[in-house]
Amino acid sequence: MRIALFVTCLMDQFRPEAAEATVSVLEHCGCEVVFDPRQTCCGQPAFNAGLHQEAIPVCRGAVRVLDDQITRGGCDAIVTPSGSCAAMFRHAIGLLDGEDAAAAKRVAEATHELSEFLVRRLQRIDVGASWPGRVAWHDACHGLRELGIKSEPRRLLEAVDGLDLVESSTCDRCCGFGGTFSVNLPGVSTGMADDKIDELETLGIDAIVSGDASCLMQLEGRLEARGSRIRGVHLAEILAAREPLTRANS
Amino acid sequence: MSPPDAKPNETGYIHHLHADQFDDLVPQALANVELRGALAKATNTIRNRRAIALEEIDDLQELRSRAKSIKTEALAHLDDHLETFERQATANGIHVHWAADAESASAIVLDIAIKNKTRLAVKAKSMVSEEIGLNDALIDAGIVPVETDLGEWIVQLAEEPPSHILAPAIHKRRREIRDLLARVLGRPMPDDAAGLTEVARHELRARFAQAELGISGANFLVAETGSFLLIENEGNIRLTTSLPRVHVAVAGIEKIVPRLKDLGPLVRIITRSATGQAISCYQTLVTKPKTSPEDDGPEEIHLVLLDNGRSKLLEDDLTAETLRCIRCSACLNVCPVYRQIGGHAYGSVYPGPIGAIFTPQIAGMHAASQLPGASSLCGACREVCPVDIDIPGVLLHLRHRAAEGDQSTGNHPEADPRTTEKTQSMRRGFRFWRWAMGSSRRFQVFGAVGRLLATVIRQVPSLTKYAGPLAGWTDGRTVPRSPGRSFRSGKMARRLRPEGQGRA
Repeated sequence: MRIALFVTCLMDQFRPEAAEATVSVLEHCGCEVVFDPRQTCCGQPAFNAGLHQEAIPVCRGAVRVLDDQITRGGCDAIVTPSGSCAAMFRHAIGLLDGEDAAAAKRVAEATHELSEFLVRRLQRIDVGASWPGRVAWHDACHGLRELGIKSEPRRLLEAVDGLDLVESSTCDRCCGFGGTFSVNLPGVSTGMADDKIDELETLGIDAIVSGDASCLMQLEGRLEARGSRIRGVHLAEILAAREPLTRANS
Repeated sequence: MSPPDAKPNETGYIHHLHADQFDDLVPQALANVELRGALAKATNTIRNRRAIALEEIDDLQELRSRAKSIKTEALAHLDDHLETFERQATANGIHVHWAADAESASAIVLDIAIKNKTRLAVKAKSMVSEEIGLNDALIDAGIVPVETDLGEWIVQLAEEPPSHILAPAIHKRRREIRDLLARVLGRPMPDDAAGLTEVARHELRARFAQAELGISGANFLVAETGSFLLIENEGNIRLTTSLPRVHVAVAGIEKIVPRLKDLGPLVRIITRSATGQAISCYQTLVTKPKTSPEDDGPEEIHLVLLDNGRSKLLEDDLTAETLRCIRCSACLNVCPVYRQIGGHAYGSVYPGPIGAIFTPQIAGMHAASQLPGASSLCGACREVCPVDIDIPGVLLHLRHRAAEGDQSTGNHPEADPRTTEKTQSMRRGFRFWRWAMGSSRRFQVFGAVGRLLATVIRQVPSLTKYAGPLAGWTDGRTVPRSPGRSFRSGKMARRLRPEGQGRA
């Protein structure tokens, strides 16, 4: 299967190793991955701020590049390591006009978040990963509530050698990022992160795992400011890991 | 007036609205440790109760879609249903009044109160009476309104507005209530909740017997029978609507349902969504005044139908969803933002996610344009809404209108000047962002600049003050550790380029 990767702007610039891990996992599962470097951002930050004049050209750019890959580039699907950006393409249908709206519809239908793609489309649970440590999963809001992704990442994580997945009772609460929300109402935003972190600290975990780089930036930023030993890891980074299990789990 | 023909009211009004001060109210709320503790505890309890109560329902999704379709159908033919309601209620002997706005609704109630020589009015909890500022109007006319819902009575004594649609005193701890009652009543108070409730009970009982007028809201208006339903747990609504000689109910026009049988699914879902109860302790269906001296109940019943900007929402399918709301407040209890700041910070009678969409649409965007920003768009509200209101969708729509207006307003931003200024600063940032994202080369250059700046700010956090709208990030968070390169500049990305795509 030929896959067009939508890497997302944030991961491209700030988490390249997670982007490369995404590619490795897909290739491990027998996919051919292409990355069209004309892509930049899906337009969501401006769209969520209500600034359509700014969002439209950026969103249109992403839609055209990806539509080109599925209509002319021979790609069977688009995969993105972010539920949030995947959900944005659904909004793009209403945001864009005419032929671009039709292209947005094609792109939205072809786009899969990584865990959803692996489990639902490829029906792969075990991707041969090993990662020693104890983790909890954070359900990113758009993945959970707009795309209905809940069991997929958990099934993938449970199949990872050496990994101990614990459920957090606040797993489906927002981390407080929310794009411009995080800088417009910083006190509320970090309070929301604390709500989760207070509970995570009681679980004895090494890492909080999420499918969205933006949630991880928020949680890691707050965890580090609080001096926590918990770190943030993207799902793809774990699924691509082949770490020896000799180290005893702490 | 006769409303089905009347022009829809363009501008609504919400009493004591200071949602334009949202930016000042939020830090005050965040600094209040007591408040945040009370909120976390109370909202956890209610949300867990709700989840358990809904688990018991086998056909939950069917029930939700039934509730949604009843309300959608009612709103699609609102004028017809209102006319039927008026006809039926009038035939039952209920006096039906139409109020285009808050002021006229208050005036109608006041007029009834004065005609009946009212000195004391007992009140059942009613958000709409808060919306129209009824208590202040009564007090100005020398009439004493006494709130009889326990929580509402507490906030009335504290001279505060309610901070939650259903639990008005949710922001108060028990100790605080004890001290308040001791101060107001001038005697020592018991420490326990049961003891404090007993005090309230004694204080309020006497008022029910004295009051000339009972004032309530209504949960549902039934067009078919001309009756209206009130749902409660404390029994104070039953007393308010049956002991005083005259009863006035005030209800928004969106409370209408076509048929009596529609109440079944709606009551089933509202009590579970609101308090996690399979059924509330009392449901009072008011249909007609007493017809013989042996009957109980009021001799005279009035119902005031309030528009106050609601009919304008019907012009658009998305904004009309707002009117499906049955005021269960489940969205408040799951909202992570409400949980942090509580109801008063919204500066609006209607707080939380539903308030963030209802208030700006009723009172006008200029009066509450910051409220749609009070959300991370997490969607927890939509997930629990018993009538499936797309609250995040409406929030996005309102943010767009605040920033850019829409066709109906000629594409002028609808925000108040203060928010507009903030939006303009954000817009300048996003204009640059749009340009930077406009080509792969610029994206690569500014991505590298961004990573460099992040590295510098990580070393010297005080430099964040030059980061414009992004400065808020370092308020309690570290800047991400920057990798030395982007994905696209790496070896792997180059290998993955599709044919015919040369250099980026």
